Amino acid sequence: MIDKQKLIKAKKRAKNDALLYLLLLPVLAWYILFCYLPIAGGISLSLRNFRFDMGIWNSPFVGLTHFKSMMSDGDFIRAAKNTLIISMGRIFFQMPCAILVAIFLNEIRAEKLRKRFQTIITFPHFISWVVLAGILSNVFGSGGIVNQLLALLGMEAISPITQSDSFRVFIWLSNIWKEVGWDSIIYLAAITSIDPGLYEAAEADGAGRLQRIWHITLPGIKGTVAIMLILAIGQVMTNGSFDQIFNLYSSPVYKVGDTLDTYIFRESFINGGINYGYSAAIGMFKSLIGVVLITISNKIVTALGENGLY
Amino acid sequence: MKKKSLDMYQICIILIFGILAVLTLYPFYNVLILSVSNTVSVANHSIYLFPYTVDFTGYQTILQDHKFLSAFQVSLFVTIIGTAVNMFLSVTGAYVLSKRELIGRKVFLTMILFTMLFNGGLVPTYMIVKQLNLINRIWAMILPTAINTYYLIIMKNYFLQLPAGLMEAAKLDGANEAQILVKIAIPISKPFIATFALFYSVERWNEWYNALLYINVEKFAPLQIYLRDILIGLNSQLSAQAQQMLHSSQKVSTTVVQMATIVITAVPIICVYPFLQRYFVNGIMVGGLKE
Repeated sequence: MIDKQKLIKAKKRAKNDALLYLLLLPVLAWYILFCYLPIAGGISLSLRNFRFDMGIWNSPFVGLTHFKSMMSDGDFIRAAKNTLIISMGRIFFQMPCAILVAIFLNEIRAEKLRKRFQTIITFPHFISWVVLAGILSNVFGSGGIVNQLLALLGMEAISPITQSDSFRVFIWLSNIWKEVGWDSIIYLAAITSIDPGLYEAAEADGAGRLQRIWHITLPGIKGTVAIMLILAIGQVMTNGSFDQIFNLYSSPVYKVGDTLDTYIFRESFINGGINYGYSAAIGMFKSLIGVVLITISNKIVTALGENGLY
Repeated sequence: MKKKSLDMYQICIILIFGILAVLTLYPFYNVLILSVSNTVSVANHSIYLFPYTVDFTGYQTILQDHKFLSAFQVSLFVTIIGTAVNMFLSVTGAYVLSKRELIGRKVFLTMILFTMLFNGGLVPTYMIVKQLNLINRIWAMILPTAINTYYLIIMKNYFLQLPAGLMEAAKLDGANEAQILVKIAIPISKPFIATFALFYSVERWNEWYNALLYINVEKFAPLQIYLRDILIGLNSQLSAQAQQMLHSSQKVSTTVVQMATIVITAVPIICVYPFLQRYFVNGIMVGGLKE
């Protein structure tokens, strides 16, 4: 009797699970087609000399040749270096900015005003880099508002987008301008989950505002900062800067602004100067570095006593 | 005494954020006032705060361009159909993955999370999309970005914390999982789901990367690509058209046309933004990547 009930239950469970798998099927199919097939193709292609007539699975096998030739390719090394510098700048400048914005937004007592400021500074996040590049090129262009103001003050005209000594700074600042509001949301959420009793106790003990920020707010968001740092470090080779740089850069700033993503794109689809196998090898290199870095940084963070990513 | 210094502190912070707000919005405003100026007003005045003229020739030039109308339609299609595809896959995927007792759930989750770390790269992805016969098809702007893994995980975490009792009760009444999803899980999550539909639709409206890679035919160029062409000056027909108007009594400069296009491209986002911000301000986006 009991066994029969169990059997019915198991049958029901199997039927239930079968339907769940059916619902999941399109999602899994998508991941296989658009993520895992390209990964498999990328591994295959990175070990081959691509020929159009033979495709990604059957072109002549060349082993690690592409990875070796990367080490002596000046343009690749330059792009890797630029990618690293631009990413590091983001971690060093943009992350602290977002944390500061979150801390001081939280200090604003008037709730309506706080929300309004947050709404305003988050707005550019939702505008594409195509549009923003158009706006920034105009604002910082030769006849743009910035140079009009500089001329009014009797100062020399600037063109930060097309000059190699200012391009990276421009990339960092414009990305802060676009993303600081958005980035600060996660820290703001962490701050609001800190126990308000801690602040009251500190105030009773005579702690000043800055002391409260230093001794309560910052320790309170440590865990969130650690997670965001791990994620950012894992992305130093990709960092999603393609949209921004591709829409803002030009040949005069290649030497400081050409990143791995823009380099692969240009050489593969515009100049057509490199073998697709070589492009794929650079892509693999990027992903591998990302996995290694995220593993290492996660180890370090957990060793320091914080919760890691996994 | 203490009260007074407190107010100073508040005033300082509010002042700093006020400046930040102006720095954030002014470039957009500058574009807006330039888009309603004309060659004469641009040449004679420095336009900082108020437009000297309100001249819609820039907008007229754009709206008369058949390429613009085509690009607008493409973007509209990609946004509507693309968001529908996004939401179908994300909602079903997130719901199933929120079922803790599902056998193989951990494997599926790991497989999905791994793609956030490791991807095939530009060229291999292009080759696969090509093999799937999507080049120069409108679906090339929809399918390769059909799921945003980050959103999927947040939605899964959301479904995880829905009250289980309601769904268990429905199951005892004989409802299957699909019915529970459609009749219970979705209706009680309406605002949350609407938020993600908005996030996805903003992404689809801003779509240009897939178009850059996979679309070489003009009839499928979305608005962002059209704008890019105008900004770089590739759209020769339009500049000719603007030039023609320049010689006629109507004065319009290419800058004005460019600025007008920027405004038109950004307006839909501005329209949905008030709805968007209502939810993300409440911290809904912070589901985090962890379980």
